[in-house]
Amino acid sequence: MLEFNDILQTNKMISEQKLDIRTITLGLSLLECLPGSAQGLPARIYDRITKMAERLVPVGEEIEMEFGIPIVNKRISVTPIALLCSGVDPVLIAREMDRAARAVGVNFIGGYSALVHKMMTKADRALIESLPEALSSTDFVCSSVNVGTTRAGINMDAVRLMGEVIKKTAALSAGQDGLACAKLVVFANAVEDNPFMAGAFHGVGEGDAAINVGVSGPGVVSEALKALRGQPFDQVAEEIKRTAFKITRMGQLVAMEASRRLRLPFGIVDLSLAPTPAAGDSVAHILEEMGLEAAGGHGTTAALALLNDAVKKGGVMASSHVGGLSGAFIPVSEDIGMIDAANAGTLTLDKLEAMTAVCSVGLDMIAVPGDTSAATISAIIADEAAIGMVNSKTTAVRIIPAPGKRVGDEVVFGGLLGRAPVMPVHESSAQNFILRGGRIPAPIQSLKN
Amino acid sequence: MKAVITVLGKDQTGIIARVSMLLYREEVNILDISQTIMGGVFTMIMLVEFSRAGEKFALVREKLNALGDEIGLEIRIQHSQIFDAMHKV
Repeated sequence: MLEFNDILQTNKMISEQKLDIRTITLGLSLLECLPGSAQGLPARIYDRITKMAERLVPVGEEIEMEFGIPIVNKRISVTPIALLCSGVDPVLIAREMDRAARAVGVNFIGGYSALVHKMMTKADRALIESLPEALSSTDFVCSSVNVGTTRAGINMDAVRLMGEVIKKTAALSAGQDGLACAKLVVFANAVEDNPFMAGAFHGVGEGDAAINVGVSGPGVVSEALKALRGQPFDQVAEEIKRTAFKITRMGQLVAMEASRRLRLPFGIVDLSLAPTPAAGDSVAHILEEMGLEAAGGHGTTAALALLNDAVKKGGVMASSHVGGLSGAFIPVSEDIGMIDAANAGTLTLDKLEAMTAVCSVGLDMIAVPGDTSAATISAIIADEAAIGMVNSKTTAVRIIPAPGKRVGDEVVFGGLLGRAPVMPVHESSAQNFILRGGRIPAPIQSLKN
Repeated sequence: MKAVITVLGKDQTGIIARVSMLLYREEVNILDISQTIMGGVFTMIMLVEFSRAGEKFALVREKLNALGDEIGLEIRIQHSQIFDAMHKV
């Protein structure tokens, strides 16, 4: 018989501490859509997505009902479209992806992406230049562009282009405070099996299809740490590992179940602590539970380093394949504790940048003034990519230069995307730095100091 | 398939009787029951088995929810695997 208290603990995690499966993401290769006429490609992509993902949402809902665990999102990630779109207007593909996502009922479809960490093909450039129109004229399509890796260095031409693209994307969705930018991530060291949006794509090292599951649960970790106030960090790390283990086991179960029912191979479980704007679902509150008055204050980087590492250590034994972005996410607009800290001025862009050196991704869901220049945005991207490149980790920038907004204003995106206080950027210009273009060479991997 | 039913709420007469009757009518077999009062809250956990693999699960879930609404208690039914996965290595 199962232990009485274990059953009650699980249900309390779900009902009070907001434990959920954040996403079941179907990773889908579109390479088999290539043979045939260029004009027919968007329609072939629509057909493949709708055929392969037909049962994704009903099966997700079935598992949710039987196991009593909320599965918040059902999503699709596809082969980076820049690999397919030679000779086709990529926007036509974005529209078919959007239509397919609507038809099968998923929340988002990712993979309107380009991998340009070294150089760009004509198709890569066409896709990147199409982003403002593609993202502002679709609802479900998400995009990512990889501009650097530890092995290739940073493509500064792509970094410059992305600053301009983000500005244009914001301008085209000015009526929604630049919302379209929330669907665009600029990566360094992007991973091929990430189930989380906006950065999910189905990498070329993947098979025809895979089920990738993202689990969450910052509330469960905060709650577990409440019993340990005043105790040394050894105990904090142990408790986080134990909690991450339990959460990940649930993710593994759901992933295997979804894979079995959909008759598609299991890919990975991504054990990320992904906050939502709901009370009790905040990563910032975990850092505060460790003893900080507010997230962003001195000590935050150390607290986040411990959290990120302990989550991974606890999770790896709980799943046969851990992957994706696994760790702690720090999206500002999606975390009530981060929002409060940014409003209070404790959490600044500079501190967030330091935090991204030890967390799982990067500068995420940050609103900056609408008059921030393209060069400044490119420079922010370059800084973030440099942290990723040198530290051999994934970093990312998802930034919204909210049209017409100034520091002190707030941008409301709604739903899981939350609301973001507009944060100040440095006034000094990076124009001449960004105009140089070219590539920053890959870093040396020895002589680590 | 095995499932766990949890019943939480204000104590009153006939809770076990009504839940068991519902399960009997739907041909769901009870394997184990534990019940206690925790901090003044009636708490019952039942391990049950569906004879034909989960075929009636959705229907039983719906009826249990309706019963819960009627007598003012929170009743959930979940596949037992979720608890095994989380708490057994």
